[in-house]
Amino acid sequence: MTHDTLTRAPRQPTRRAFLKGAGSATAMALTIGFEWAASTRRAGAITAPVAGAPFAPNAFLRIGADDSVTVIAKHVEMGQGAYTGIATIVAEELDADWSRVRVESAPADAKRYANLAFGTIQGTGGSSAMANSWMQLREAGGKARAMLLAAAAKQWHLPVAELTVDNGIVHHAASKRQATFGSLVKTAASLPVPEKVTLKDPKEFALIGHRAPRVDVPAKVDGSAQFTLDVVLPGMLVALIKRPPLFGATVKSFDAAPANAIPGVVKVVQVPRGVAVVAKSFWAAKQGRDALMVEWDDTSAEKRGSGALMDEYRRLAEQPASAARTEGDAAQAIAKAARRVSASYEFPFLAHAPMEPLDAVVKLGASSCEIWAGDQFQTIDQANAAKTAGLDPQQVSIHTLYAGGSFGRRANTVSDYIVEAVSIAKAYGADGTPIKLQWTREDDLHGGMYRPMYFHTLEAGLTEKGELSGWRHVIVGQSIMADTLFAPMIKNGIDPTSVEGAASIAYAIPNISVALSTIKTGVPILWWRVVGSSHTVFAVEAFIDEVAHAAGEDPFTYRRKLLEHEPRMKAVLELAAEKAGWSNGPMPKGKGRGIAVAEAFKTFVAQVAEVSVDETGHVTVDRVVCAVDCGTPINPDIITAQMEGGIGFGLGAVLYGSITLKDGHVEQDNFNSYRVLRMNEMPTVEVHIVPSTEAPTGVGEPGVAPVGPAVANAIFAATGTRIHVLPFPKPGVA
Amino acid sequence: MSISFVLNGKSTTLDADPNMPLLWAVREVVGLPGTKFGCGMALCGACTVHLDGQAIRSCVMPLSAVAGRQVTTIEGLQSKPAKAVQAAWIALQVPQCGYCQSGQVMSATALLENNAAPTDADIDAAMSGNICRCATYSRIRAAIHAAAQSVKA
Repeated sequence: MTHDTLTRAPRQPTRRAFLKGAGSATAMALTIGFEWAASTRRAGAITAPVAGAPFAPNAFLRIGADDSVTVIAKHVEMGQGAYTGIATIVAEELDADWSRVRVESAPADAKRYANLAFGTIQGTGGSSAMANSWMQLREAGGKARAMLLAAAAKQWHLPVAELTVDNGIVHHAASKRQATFGSLVKTAASLPVPEKVTLKDPKEFALIGHRAPRVDVPAKVDGSAQFTLDVVLPGMLVALIKRPPLFGATVKSFDAAPANAIPGVVKVVQVPRGVAVVAKSFWAAKQGRDALMVEWDDTSAEKRGSGALMDEYRRLAEQPASAARTEGDAAQAIAKAARRVSASYEFPFLAHAPMEPLDAVVKLGASSCEIWAGDQFQTIDQANAAKTAGLDPQQVSIHTLYAGGSFGRRANTVSDYIVEAVSIAKAYGADGTPIKLQWTREDDLHGGMYRPMYFHTLEAGLTEKGELSGWRHVIVGQSIMADTLFAPMIKNGIDPTSVEGAASIAYAIPNISVALSTIKTGVPILWWRVVGSSHTVFAVEAFIDEVAHAAGEDPFTYRRKLLEHEPRMKAVLELAAEKAGWSNGPMPKGKGRGIAVAEAFKTFVAQVAEVSVDETGHVTVDRVVCAVDCGTPINPDIITAQMEGGIGFGLGAVLYGSITLKDGHVEQDNFNSYRVLRMNEMPTVEVHIVPSTEAPTGVGEPGVAPVGPAVANAIFAATGTRIHVLPFPKPGVA
Repeated sequence: MSISFVLNGKSTTLDADPNMPLLWAVREVVGLPGTKFGCGMALCGACTVHLDGQAIRSCVMPLSAVAGRQVTTIEGLQSKPAKAVQAAWIALQVPQCGYCQSGQVMSATALLENNAAPTDADIDAAMSGNICRCATYSRIRAAIHAAAQSVKA
């Protein structure tokens, strides 16, 4: 066997790479679909300087005569720290005074504010905010700095080379002259924007790599941060929608009289998604909705239960599937193997359940539509709102507010909650009355757009020595991209979001087959934090643990041997093992240690989990040690926070998360039946960041991926029991 | 029907449905938006306020039940423990999305006002009713300990 055959073929591109490189067909489809979505608003554009006017050298930055530095964020702040990261990159190259830096959200405008990883769409997702903004914002800051320097040179009649900038002040050391940014804005605004600018040597970074405090924290501690829930406009009404109890059911008839009898109810209107009660307050709208009588037509509704769906998935796993990755002949290698290992894994539907139930405020007039929302896909939402309202996208403006969590929920190509709000405003009369659509928690959990259910089956062949000779992996589930504007990214039957993390398996295995069977159901589905890797990484990392055990080898050293050609992945694996004290050997009775490693959105994360299992089978996750390589660490404290939060989010999902259907009805209503992680269940988390000068990659999602399998592998170490069905079994429940 | 109570230290009379949850009375009738709606069933803690100094879930507390009593929302926090909690929240950079944090701060403040040196078990007991989907729990715990220290100092 030569080294070459051990080296795996180029990876399946990740979703981000797909979006960026965009098979030309995709790029074209997206461009054609959304180019016209560009806003005509020109906030932040260069205008003739007038006294007191700010200096706005580009779409991302405005400097005021009062020394204020306003960074314009094209990405939503939903907790992941995007506002702070964006401001850090600009302020670094600008040499701004961090205490004067403020962030405001950009208007929806694909021309200026596209996510460069998404082609021509403005939106946030795939842990791409820092990665796609990195060079764009460094240049934006650097060019502005150059113009401020040139302005000082002009005012002082001195060569630029003799000037320096520090903390928002331009200095001339020899003459001890200094000027604040604000005093230079008028001159700077009259100067040409340089074509090119020399960016800082990373060794000079004063903010990047340091712990700049988050720009949004003070307002999030005293209750003053404004979310969509908090929007109040003159004359605003509040609407709730009664939606069908089954996915795909429609309104047959309704009786508005009982709702209209509730004091405060203003109007009851039918909309495509159900019947809306529009009222003067949430409480009136809620009572009105409770009183409303609706008869549903469920002729074409999904009426299957999740058990029946999983049975079908299992059957499909035995049928021929589309190849996502084929190297060598896995079937033959496994057939000829000295030993074989096989396992299957079942994953439930999962709700995002962001703390802020979905909400949007819409002010729709005859020729304009204004939207306030924690918007994650601005130009898609703009286009969908326009289509619903019968307007041009240019007539739709979006104010992006803080989102009270999202985890992918607000990034959907049908813009469900935005379209609902616009459709209510339209049915109400499109008379300019602001209407706030409010979802309840029950609406959220019943509302679909779940992380899809999946069934995975894996089979491995081992040589006499325990080396992996073949790996066969079949995935069955719904496609997130099918029937959406991302559908052109599905190639040869492979939705990349269904197989990422599995087709991109990094381990050196000579014969690999990864295949996908895509099924359609009536349950609306969507990406959920870390997307495909929310299930594929569990399957791969739990199974490789089973393989290592069958080979009689330590699960850490077995993985490491298979990652010799993957230096960054191997490095995080080693770092996590070292910091967790892996070499200390097995833990005492009733305790266990498990490891898992993943690459998601080009960020590498390894985690070691330690668990205690009592006599009743109750599992406590005591500690998780995490190593992460996300390239240049822009803000180590935010990276740490995202790993901590990702671990807690992922842990809640594997311990409890499950949306189930009975005869098509969702069985979970609120946080009592859809359990999430709570304070007393949060393990001690230690995060170790790999120093790096590579381009930065994202941290919002990747920390979620390895925690489930790390904990499952730890439970095996403690008890000898493998987990094949998610969520984990409850003690005393067979 | 009019209901009188003390809100953030001020006598307040509201003419509203006595069955309306305190959450919506505070948010929509009074206009104080810091208290958040998360579940409507006292399951998540986003709506936590203080009623006579105890942390309660305002989403299930009928307005009529607070007549004659003292209600404090995030906007009305004044006590030394409250200021210590907010300072620790900033020092340890607790919030992510921030939506649950008003409720977290209210629960943590009520804890410290009643227990100057909470143990981890005390923190679990007082804070497990407050869900944070961003899972900022480690920092919340550390910030409560830090706040307790600073109040003592």
